[in-house]
Amino acid sequence: MLDILHEYGLMFLVGTWPVGPLGGFANTLVLAGLGLGLGLSFPLAMLLALARTGSIRWLKMLATVWVYTFRGIPLVMVVFWAYFLLPVMIDTTVPAFATALAAIVVYESAFLAEIVRAGLDGLPKGQMEAARSIGLSYAQAMKSVILPQALLNIIPSLVSQFVSTIKATSIVYIIGVQEITFSAQQINSIEMTRALSVFLVLAAFYFVACLELSQFARWLEARIRARQLRPA
Amino acid sequence: MPDMIDLQHVNKWYGQYHALNDVTNQVKKGEVVVVCGPSGSGKSTMIRTLNRLEPIQGGRIFVNGEDIHAVGRDINVLRAGIGFVFQQFNLFPHLSARENVMLSPLKVAGMTKAEASELAAGLLEKVGLGHRIDSMPAQLSGGQQQRVAIARALAQKSPLILFDEPTSALDPEMVGEVLSVMKQLAAEGMTMVVVTHEMGFAQEVADRIWFMDAGQILEDSLPAEFFSNPQHPRARKFLSDVLEPRGAATLPY
Repeated sequence: MLDILHEYGLMFLVGTWPVGPLGGFANTLVLAGLGLGLGLSFPLAMLLALARTGSIRWLKMLATVWVYTFRGIPLVMVVFWAYFLLPVMIDTTVPAFATALAAIVVYESAFLAEIVRAGLDGLPKGQMEAARSIGLSYAQAMKSVILPQALLNIIPSLVSQFVSTIKATSIVYIIGVQEITFSAQQINSIEMTRALSVFLVLAAFYFVACLELSQFARWLEARIRARQLRPA
Repeated sequence: MPDMIDLQHVNKWYGQYHALNDVTNQVKKGEVVVVCGPSGSGKSTMIRTLNRLEPIQGGRIFVNGEDIHAVGRDINVLRAGIGFVFQQFNLFPHLSARENVMLSPLKVAGMTKAEASELAAGLLEKVGLGHRIDSMPAQLSGGQQQRVAIARALAQKSPLILFDEPTSALDPEMVGEVLSVMKQLAAEGMTMVVVTHEMGFAQEVADRIWFMDAGQILEDSLPAEFFSNPQHPRARKFLSDVLEPRGAATLPY
Protein backbone atom coordinates (compact mmCIF):
# COMPACT_ATOMS: atom_id res chain seq x y z
CA MET A 1 0.00 0.00 0.00
CA LEU A 2 2.86 2.36 0.84
CA ASP A 3 4.54 1.64 -2.45
CA ILE A 4 1.34 2.69 -4.22
CA LEU A 5 1.45 5.94 -2.32
CA HIS A 6 5.14 6.27 -3.07
CA GLU A 7 4.72 5.64 -6.75
CA TYR A 8 1.52 7.51 -7.42
CA GLY A 9 1.48 10.01 -4.57
CA LEU A 10 1.63 12.99 -6.85
CA MET A 11 -1.14 11.65 -9.02
CA PHE A 12 -3.34 11.19 -5.96
CA LEU A 13 -2.55 14.70 -4.87
CA VAL A 14 -2.85 16.76 -8.05
CA GLY A 15 -3.78 14.37 -10.87
CA THR A 16 -1.88 15.04 -14.08
CA TRP A 17 -1.16 18.64 -13.18
CA PRO A 18 0.90 20.61 -14.25
CA VAL A 19 0.84 18.81 -17.60
CA GLY A 20 -2.93 18.39 -17.54
CA PRO A 21 -5.63 20.19 -15.54
CA LEU A 22 -5.53 20.28 -11.75
CA GLY A 23 -6.93 17.02 -10.43
CA GLY A 24 -6.56 14.57 -7.61
CA PHE A 25 -7.03 15.45 -3.98
CA ALA A 26 -6.38 19.13 -4.66
CA ASN A 27 -9.34 19.27 -6.97
CA THR A 28 -11.51 17.37 -4.50
CA LEU A 29 -10.72 20.02 -1.91
CA VAL A 30 -11.40 22.83 -4.35
CA LEU A 31 -14.72 21.28 -5.30
CA ALA A 32 -15.75 20.67 -1.69
CA GLY A 33 -14.49 24.06 -0.54
CA LEU A 34 -16.24 25.97 -3.28
CA GLY A 35 -19.34 23.87 -2.92
CA LEU A 36 -19.59 24.44 0.84
CA GLY A 37 -18.51 27.14 3.22
CA LEU A 38 -16.56 29.59 1.14
CA GLY A 39 -18.70 28.94 -1.83
CA LEU A 40 -22.24 28.64 -2.54
CA SER A 41 -24.32 26.02 -0.87
CA PHE A 42 -24.02 27.35 2.68
CA PRO A 43 -25.04 30.93 1.84
CA LEU A 44 -27.80 29.50 -0.34
CA ALA A 45 -28.85 27.27 2.55
CA MET A 46 -29.05 30.31 4.87
CA LEU A 47 -31.36 32.07 2.43
CA LEU A 48 -33.49 28.93 2.08
CA ALA A 49 -33.73 28.54 5.85
CA LEU A 50 -34.68 32.20 6.31
CA ALA A 51 -37.33 31.79 3.64
CA ARG A 52 -38.63 28.61 5.29
CA THR A 53 -38.87 30.24 8.72
CA GLY A 54 -40.03 33.61 7.45
CA SER A 55 -43.52 34.88 6.89
CA ILE A 56 -43.48 35.60 3.15
CA ARG A 57 -45.73 32.91 1.76
CA TRP A 58 -44.49 32.47 -1.78
CA LEU A 59 -40.85 32.50 -0.69
CA LYS A 60 -41.65 29.88 1.91
CA MET A 61 -43.30 27.66 -0.68
CA LEU A 62 -40.46 28.10 -3.13
CA ALA A 63 -37.86 27.19 -0.53
CA THR A 64 -39.90 24.20 0.65
CA VAL A 65 -40.23 22.86 -2.89
CA TRP A 66 -36.48 23.34 -3.40
CA VAL A 67 -35.62 21.47 -0.22
CA TYR A 68 -38.05 18.59 -0.81
CA THR A 69 -36.98 18.21 -4.43
CA PHE A 70 -33.24 18.07 -4.00
CA ARG A 71 -33.38 16.15 -0.76
CA GLY A 72 -35.60 13.56 -2.35
CA ILE A 73 -33.43 12.52 -5.30
CA PRO A 74 -30.02 10.83 -5.32
CA LEU A 75 -26.98 13.03 -5.89
CA VAL A 76 -25.98 10.99 -8.90
CA MET A 77 -29.31 11.91 -10.55
CA VAL A 78 -28.66 15.60 -9.88
CA VAL A 79 -25.20 15.25 -11.37
CA PHE A 80 -26.53 13.59 -14.51
CA TRP A 81 -29.33 16.07 -14.71
CA ALA A 82 -26.93 18.99 -14.52
CA TYR A 83 -24.66 17.30 -17.02
CA PHE A 84 -27.36 16.92 -19.65
CA LEU A 85 -29.70 19.77 -18.82
CA LEU A 86 -27.41 22.68 -17.97
CA PRO A 87 -25.81 22.96 -21.46
CA VAL A 88 -29.26 22.88 -23.06
CA MET A 89 -30.60 25.51 -20.69
CA ILE A 90 -27.84 28.05 -21.20
CA ASP A 91 -27.06 26.92 -24.75
CA THR A 92 -23.33 26.47 -24.37
CA THR A 93 -20.95 23.78 -23.26
CA VAL A 94 -20.32 23.64 -19.55
CA PRO A 95 -17.02 22.33 -18.17
CA ALA A 96 -17.39 19.13 -16.18
CA PHE A 97 -16.08 20.85 -13.07
CA ALA A 98 -18.72 23.58 -13.22
CA THR A 99 -21.43 21.01 -13.81
CA ALA A 100 -20.31 19.02 -10.81
CA LEU A 101 -20.11 22.14 -8.68
CA ALA A 102 -23.62 23.20 -9.65
CA ALA A 103 -25.00 19.77 -8.83
CA ILE A 104 -23.28 19.62 -5.45
CA VAL A 105 -24.38 23.13 -4.53
CA VAL A 106 -28.08 22.58 -5.19
CA TYR A 107 -28.06 19.14 -3.61
CA GLU A 108 -26.21 20.11 -0.44
CA SER A 109 -28.11 23.37 -0.02
CA ALA A 110 -31.27 21.36 0.62
CA PHE A 111 -29.72 19.46 3.53
CA LEU A 112 -27.84 22.42 4.94
CA ALA A 113 -30.98 24.55 4.81
CA GLU A 114 -32.78 22.13 7.08
CA ILE A 115 -29.90 22.17 9.55
CA VAL A 116 -29.90 25.97 9.61
CA ARG A 117 -33.68 25.95 9.99
CA ALA A 118 -33.40 23.64 12.99
CA GLY A 119 -30.90 26.10 14.48
CA LEU A 120 -33.26 29.03 13.96
CA ASP A 121 -36.31 27.21 15.28
CA GLY A 122 -34.33 25.82 18.19
CA LEU A 123 -33.79 29.19 19.84
CA PRO A 124 -36.35 30.37 22.39
CA LYS A 125 -39.02 32.55 20.80
CA GLY A 126 -38.20 35.21 23.37
CA GLN A 127 -34.87 35.93 21.67
CA MET A 128 -36.50 37.27 18.54
CA GLU A 129 -39.18 39.02 20.59
CA ALA A 130 -36.59 40.75 22.77
CA ALA A 131 -34.54 41.74 19.75
CA ARG A 132 -37.57 43.23 18.02
CA SER A 133 -38.71 44.90 21.25
CA ILE A 134 -35.55 46.98 21.50
CA GLY A 135 -36.30 48.30 18.02
CA LEU A 136 -34.12 46.07 15.84
CA SER A 137 -35.46 45.26 12.37
CA TYR A 138 -35.89 41.63 11.34
CA ALA A 139 -32.58 41.73 9.46
CA GLN A 140 -30.73 43.37 12.36
CA ALA A 141 -32.21 40.88 14.82
CA MET A 142 -31.12 37.99 12.61
CA LYS A 143 -27.62 39.33 12.19
CA SER A 144 -26.89 40.44 15.75
CA VAL A 145 -28.99 38.12 17.89
CA ILE A 146 -30.37 35.04 16.17
CA LEU A 147 -27.73 33.82 13.71
CA PRO A 148 -24.72 34.10 16.06
CA GLN A 149 -26.51 31.77 18.48
CA ALA A 150 -28.12 29.49 15.92
CA LEU A 151 -24.97 28.92 13.88
CA LEU A 152 -22.95 28.06 16.97
CA ASN A 153 -25.55 25.51 18.04
CA ILE A 154 -25.60 23.75 14.69
CA ILE A 155 -21.83 23.42 14.23
CA PRO A 156 -21.89 19.66 14.96
CA SER A 157 -24.63 18.99 12.41
CA LEU A 158 -23.00 21.27 9.88
CA VAL A 159 -19.74 19.39 10.24
CA SER A 160 -21.48 16.08 9.61
CA GLN A 161 -23.00 17.48 6.48
CA PHE A 162 -19.73 19.04 5.33
CA VAL A 163 -17.94 15.74 5.89
CA SER A 164 -20.60 13.90 4.00
CA THR A 165 -20.24 16.40 1.16
CA ILE A 166 -16.51 15.91 0.89
CA LYS A 167 -17.17 12.23 0.42
CA ALA A 168 -20.06 12.87 -1.93
CA THR A 169 -17.76 14.74 -4.32
CA SER A 170 -16.33 11.32 -5.20
CA ILE A 171 -19.37 10.64 -7.30
CA VAL A 172 -18.61 13.31 -9.87
CA TYR A 173 -15.82 11.26 -11.44
CA ILE A 174 -18.58 9.67 -13.51
CA ILE A 175 -18.87 12.84 -15.58
CA GLY A 176 -15.12 13.07 -15.93
CA VAL A 177 -14.21 15.59 -13.26
CA GLN A 178 -10.60 14.88 -12.42
CA GLU A 179 -10.69 14.66 -8.69
CA ILE A 180 -9.13 12.08 -6.44
CA THR A 181 -11.50 9.20 -7.17
CA PHE A 182 -10.87 9.82 -10.85
CA SER A 183 -7.13 9.64 -10.15
CA ALA A 184 -7.60 6.38 -8.26
CA GLN A 185 -9.48 4.94 -11.22
CA GLN A 186 -6.65 5.92 -13.54
CA ILE A 187 -4.02 4.43 -11.27
CA ASN A 188 -6.09 1.32 -10.97
CA SER A 189 -6.21 0.88 -14.71
CA ILE A 190 -2.46 1.32 -14.94
CA GLU A 191 -1.76 -1.17 -12.18
CA MET A 192 -4.61 -3.57 -13.04
CA THR A 193 -4.09 -5.99 -10.14
CA ARG A 194 -3.80 -3.83 -7.06
CA ALA A 195 -7.27 -2.39 -6.75
CA LEU A 196 -7.48 -3.16 -3.04
CA SER A 197 -4.39 -1.11 -2.18
CA VAL A 198 -5.29 1.71 -4.53
CA PHE A 199 -8.73 2.16 -3.06
CA LEU A 200 -7.41 1.82 0.46
CA VAL A 201 -5.13 4.79 -0.22
CA LEU A 202 -8.09 6.62 -1.68
CA ALA A 203 -10.14 5.95 1.45
CA ALA A 204 -7.28 7.19 3.62
CA PHE A 205 -7.24 10.51 1.79
CA TYR A 206 -10.96 11.04 2.42
CA PHE A 207 -10.62 9.92 6.00
CA VAL A 208 -7.82 12.35 6.77
CA ALA A 209 -9.64 15.26 5.13
CA CYS A 210 -12.81 14.57 7.11
CA LEU A 211 -10.87 14.06 10.34
CA GLU A 212 -9.08 17.37 9.92
CA LEU A 213 -12.34 19.17 9.24
CA SER A 214 -13.98 17.61 12.30
CA GLN A 215 -11.07 18.62 14.50
CA PHE A 216 -11.04 22.13 13.16
CA ALA A 217 -14.77 22.45 13.88
CA ARG A 218 -14.30 21.13 17.39
CA TRP A 219 -11.54 23.64 18.03
CA LEU A 220 -13.64 26.47 16.57
CA GLU A 221 -16.69 25.61 18.64
CA ALA A 222 -14.66 25.34 21.85
CA ARG A 223 -13.02 28.67 21.13
CA ILE A 224 -16.31 30.48 20.54
CA ARG A 225 -17.94 28.93 23.59
CA ALA A 226 -14.97 29.84 25.74
CA ARG A 227 -15.18 33.42 24.57
CA GLN A 228 -18.89 33.54 25.38
CA LEU A 229 -18.24 32.32 28.88
CA ARG A 230 -15.12 34.30 29.46
CA PRO A 231 -14.65 35.20 33.10
CA ALA A 232 -15.93 38.64 33.96
CA MET B 1 -51.76 65.01 32.00
CA PRO B 2 -51.79 63.69 28.42
CA ASP B 3 -52.25 59.99 27.75
CA MET B 4 -49.18 57.83 27.28
CA ILE B 5 -51.27 54.84 26.29
CA ASP B 6 -54.75 54.94 24.84
CA LEU B 7 -56.53 51.64 24.19
CA GLN B 8 -59.71 52.03 22.15
CA HIS B 9 -62.07 49.06 21.84
CA VAL B 10 -59.23 46.58 21.39
CA ASN B 11 -60.32 43.12 20.32
CA LYS B 12 -58.20 40.07 19.76
CA TRP B 13 -59.05 36.49 18.93
CA TYR B 14 -56.98 33.33 18.87
CA GLY B 15 -59.15 31.44 16.42
CA GLN B 16 -62.52 31.21 18.15
CA TYR B 17 -61.11 32.28 21.50
CA HIS B 18 -61.83 35.90 22.37
CA ALA B 19 -58.58 36.87 24.12
CA LEU B 20 -59.22 40.60 24.43
CA ASN B 21 -62.81 41.74 24.59
CA ASP B 22 -63.37 45.40 23.78
CA VAL B 23 -60.59 46.68 26.03
CA THR B 24 -60.73 50.45 26.43
CA ASN B 25 -58.58 52.37 28.90
CA GLN B 26 -55.85 54.97 29.22
CA VAL B 27 -52.54 55.33 31.01
CA LYS B 28 -51.39 58.86 31.70
CA LYS B 29 -47.80 60.05 31.50
CA GLY B 30 -45.90 59.16 34.65
CA GLU B 31 -48.52 56.73 35.89
CA VAL B 32 -47.77 53.25 37.20
CA VAL B 33 -50.53 50.81 36.34
CA VAL B 34 -50.45 47.31 37.76
CA VAL B 35 -52.42 44.73 35.83
CA CYS B 36 -53.53 41.67 37.75
CA GLY B 37 -55.95 38.83 37.27
CA PRO B 38 -56.10 35.06 37.11
CA SER B 39 -53.96 33.21 34.56
CA GLY B 40 -55.51 33.15 31.14
CA SER B 41 -57.29 36.43 31.79
CA GLY B 42 -55.52 38.24 28.95
CA LYS B 43 -53.04 40.34 30.95
CA SER B 44 -49.97 39.20 29.05
CA THR B 45 -51.80 39.31 25.74
CA MET B 46 -52.89 42.87 26.47
CA ILE B 47 -49.43 44.13 27.40
CA ARG B 48 -47.92 42.39 24.36
CA THR B 49 -50.29 44.23 22.04
CA LEU B 50 -48.93 47.54 23.33
CA ASN B 51 -45.69 47.17 21.34
CA ARG B 52 -47.24 44.98 18.66
CA LEU B 53 -45.63 41.72 19.72
CA GLU B 54 -49.21 40.50 19.25
CA PRO B 55 -51.46 41.70 16.45
CA ILE B 56 -55.00 42.85 17.20
CA GLN B 57 -58.10 42.32 15.11
CA GLY B 58 -60.16 45.28 16.22
CA GLY B 59 -59.76 48.70 17.80
CA ARG B 60 -56.77 51.00 18.02
CA ILE B 61 -53.85 51.47 20.39
CA PHE B 62 -52.04 54.78 20.69
CA VAL B 63 -48.73 55.05 22.50
CA ASN B 64 -47.42 58.57 22.88
CA GLY B 65 -49.92 59.62 20.23
CA GLU B 66 -48.74 57.05 17.68
CA ASP B 67 -51.11 54.45 16.28
CA ILE B 68 -49.11 51.31 17.07
CA HIS B 69 -51.06 48.92 14.86
CA ALA B 70 -51.48 51.25 11.87
CA VAL B 71 -50.49 49.65 8.58
CA GLY B 72 -47.32 51.04 7.09
CA ARG B 73 -45.90 52.57 10.28
CA ASP B 74 -42.24 51.79 10.88
CA ILE B 75 -42.78 49.49 13.81
CA ASN B 76 -39.06 49.42 14.63
CA VAL B 77 -39.05 53.15 15.34
CA LEU B 78 -42.21 52.84 17.45
CA ARG B 79 -40.85 49.87 19.40
CA ALA B 80 -37.59 51.66 20.09
CA GLY B 81 -39.69 54.13 22.07
CA ILE B 82 -41.22 51.45 24.28
CA GLY B 83 -39.20 49.46 26.79
CA PHE B 84 -40.30 45.87 27.35
CA VAL B 85 -39.20 43.58 30.17
CA PHE B 86 -40.01 39.88 29.85
CA GLN B 87 -40.81 37.21 32.40
CA GLN B 88 -37.90 35.10 31.10
CA PHE B 89 -35.49 38.08 30.90
CA ASN B 90 -34.55 37.13 27.33
CA LEU B 91 -31.05 38.50 27.58
CA PHE B 92 -28.93 37.70 24.54
CA PRO B 93 -26.71 34.94 25.93
CA HIS B 94 -23.87 35.46 23.47
CA LEU B 95 -23.42 39.08 24.55
CA SER B 96 -22.09 40.45 27.83
CA ALA B 97 -24.32 42.52 30.11
CA ARG B 98 -22.80 45.68 28.67
CA GLU B 99 -23.25 44.49 25.08
CA ASN B 100 -26.87 43.56 25.78
CA VAL B 101 -27.55 47.11 26.93
CA MET B 102 -25.51 48.65 24.08
CA LEU B 103 -27.30 46.89 21.24
CA SER B 104 -30.28 49.20 20.83
CA PRO B 105 -28.30 52.46 21.25
CA LEU B 106 -25.80 51.21 18.67
CA LYS B 107 -28.14 49.75 16.08
CA VAL B 108 -31.27 51.82 16.50
CA ALA B 109 -30.26 55.16 17.99
CA GLY B 110 -27.05 55.27 15.98
CA MET B 111 -24.74 56.06 18.88
CA THR B 112 -21.01 55.54 18.58
CA LYS B 113 -19.51 52.58 20.37
CA ALA B 114 -17.94 54.84 23.00
CA GLU B 115 -21.22 56.65 23.71
CA ALA B 116 -23.21 53.42 23.90
CA SER B 117 -20.63 51.81 26.14
CA GLU B 118 -20.67 54.75 28.51
CA LEU B 119 -24.47 54.80 28.57
CA ALA B 120 -24.54 51.05 29.28
CA ALA B 121 -22.03 51.34 32.09
CA GLY B 122 -24.05 54.12 33.69
CA LEU B 123 -27.33 52.20 33.45
CA LEU B 124 -25.84 48.99 34.81
CA GLU B 125 -24.47 51.03 37.67
CA LYS B 126 -27.95 52.42 38.23
CA VAL B 127 -29.50 48.95 38.53
CA GLY B 128 -26.76 47.96 40.98
CA LEU B 129 -24.63 45.92 38.60
CA GLY B 130 -21.65 48.21 38.20
CA HIS B 131 -19.41 45.34 39.27
CA ARG B 132 -20.84 42.86 36.72
CA ILE B 133 -20.68 44.98 33.57
CA ASP B 134 -18.67 42.51 31.53
CA SER B 135 -20.29 39.35 32.86
CA MET B 136 -22.07 37.02 30.47
CA PRO B 137 -25.75 36.33 31.19
CA ALA B 138 -24.98 32.72 32.11
CA GLN B 139 -22.78 33.99 34.93
CA LEU B 140 -25.54 36.10 36.47
CA SER B 141 -28.34 35.10 38.83
CA GLY B 142 -31.94 35.45 37.72
CA GLY B 143 -32.38 38.68 39.62
CA GLN B 144 -29.22 40.11 38.12
CA GLN B 145 -30.28 39.06 34.64
CA GLN B 146 -33.62 40.76 35.05
CA ARG B 147 -31.90 43.93 36.22
CA VAL B 148 -29.70 43.84 33.10
CA ALA B 149 -32.92 43.47 31.09
CA ILE B 150 -34.30 46.57 32.80
CA ALA B 151 -31.08 48.45 32.00
CA ARG B 152 -31.45 47.29 28.40
CA ALA B 153 -34.95 48.76 28.31
CA LEU B 154 -33.73 51.99 29.90
CA ALA B 155 -31.05 52.30 27.22
CA GLN B 156 -33.85 52.93 24.72
CA LYS B 157 -34.42 56.20 26.60
CA SER B 158 -38.13 55.69 26.28
CA PRO B 159 -40.62 57.32 28.65
CA LEU B 160 -42.55 54.05 28.94
CA ILE B 161 -41.58 50.57 30.08
CA LEU B 162 -43.86 47.55 29.95
CA PHE B 163 -43.21 44.73 32.43
CA ASP B 164 -44.69 41.30 31.69
CA GLU B 165 -44.54 39.35 34.97
CA PRO B 166 -40.97 40.51 35.65
CA THR B 167 -40.54 38.55 38.88
CA SER B 168 -42.52 35.38 38.14
CA ALA B 169 -39.49 33.38 36.98
CA LEU B 170 -37.32 34.43 39.91
CA ASP B 171 -36.42 32.57 43.06
CA PRO B 172 -38.17 34.28 45.98
CA GLU B 173 -35.01 35.78 47.44
CA MET B 174 -34.34 37.65 44.19
CA VAL B 175 -37.76 39.23 43.79
CA GLY B 176 -36.92 42.11 46.09
CA GLU B 177 -33.87 43.37 44.18
CA VAL B 178 -35.87 43.61 40.96
CA LEU B 179 -38.86 45.25 42.59
CA SER B 180 -36.67 47.84 44.27
CA VAL B 181 -35.21 48.87 40.89
CA MET B 182 -38.76 49.15 39.57
CA LYS B 183 -39.80 51.26 42.55
CA GLN B 184 -36.90 53.57 41.87
CA LEU B 185 -37.99 53.99 38.24
CA ALA B 186 -41.54 54.72 39.34
CA ALA B 187 -40.26 57.35 41.75
CA GLU B 188 -38.34 58.98 38.91
CA GLY B 189 -41.53 59.43 36.93
CA MET B 190 -41.27 56.55 34.46
CA THR B 191 -44.59 55.53 32.97
CA MET B 192 -44.99 51.83 33.71
CA VAL B 193 -47.48 49.10 32.97
CA VAL B 194 -46.72 46.08 35.12
CA VAL B 195 -48.36 42.70 34.86
CA THR B 196 -47.59 41.06 38.17
CA HIS B 197 -48.81 38.91 41.03
CA GLU B 198 -46.78 40.94 43.52
CA MET B 199 -49.65 42.50 45.43
CA GLY B 200 -47.28 44.18 47.87
CA PHE B 201 -45.66 46.04 44.99
CA ALA B 202 -49.09 46.94 43.62
CA GLN B 203 -50.22 48.33 46.95
CA GLU B 204 -47.07 50.34 47.45
CA VAL B 205 -46.21 51.64 43.99
CA ALA B 206 -49.22 51.50 41.69
CA ASP B 207 -51.26 54.58 40.90
CA ARG B 208 -54.02 52.39 39.56
CA ILE B 209 -54.86 48.73 39.40
CA TRP B 210 -56.52 47.05 36.46
CA PHE B 211 -58.16 43.75 37.26
CA MET B 212 -58.59 41.60 34.17
CA ASP B 213 -60.59 38.45 33.60
CA ALA B 214 -61.84 36.76 30.43
CA GLY B 215 -60.15 39.34 28.22
CA GLN B 216 -61.81 42.34 29.87
CA ILE B 217 -60.72 44.99 32.32
CA LEU B 218 -63.34 44.35 34.98
CA GLU B 219 -62.06 46.82 37.49
CA ASP B 220 -59.94 49.96 37.31
CA SER B 221 -59.37 51.49 40.70
CA LEU B 222 -56.94 53.03 43.14
CA PRO B 223 -54.89 50.47 45.06
CA ALA B 224 -56.47 51.43 48.39
CA GLU B 225 -59.96 50.85 47.00
CA PHE B 226 -59.00 47.71 45.18
CA PHE B 227 -57.47 45.99 48.16
CA SER B 228 -59.94 47.16 50.80
CA ASN B 229 -63.13 47.06 48.84
CA PRO B 230 -62.97 45.27 45.46
CA GLN B 231 -66.18 45.85 43.53
CA HIS B 232 -66.38 42.92 41.17
CA PRO B 233 -67.09 39.47 42.66
CA ARG B 234 -64.33 37.92 40.56
CA ALA B 235 -61.87 40.51 41.85
CA ARG B 236 -62.92 39.63 45.41
CA LYS B 237 -62.35 35.95 44.75
CA PHE B 238 -59.00 36.64 43.06
CA LEU B 239 -57.80 38.72 45.98
CA SER B 240 -58.78 36.17 48.56
CA ASP B 241 -57.00 33.46 46.51
CA VAL B 242 -53.83 35.53 46.13
CA LEU B 243 -53.62 37.00 49.60
CA GLU B 244 -54.71 33.92 51.54
CA PRO B 245 -53.83 30.93 49.41
CA ARG B 246 -56.37 28.27 50.22
CA GLY B 247 -55.00 25.25 51.99
CA ALA B 248 -51.79 26.91 53.10
CA ALA B 249 -52.65 26.34 56.73
CA THR B 250 -53.32 22.64 56.23
CA LEU B 251 -49.94 21.80 54.73
CA PRO B 252 -48.08 19.36 56.95
CA TYR B 253 -45.19 21.67 57.76
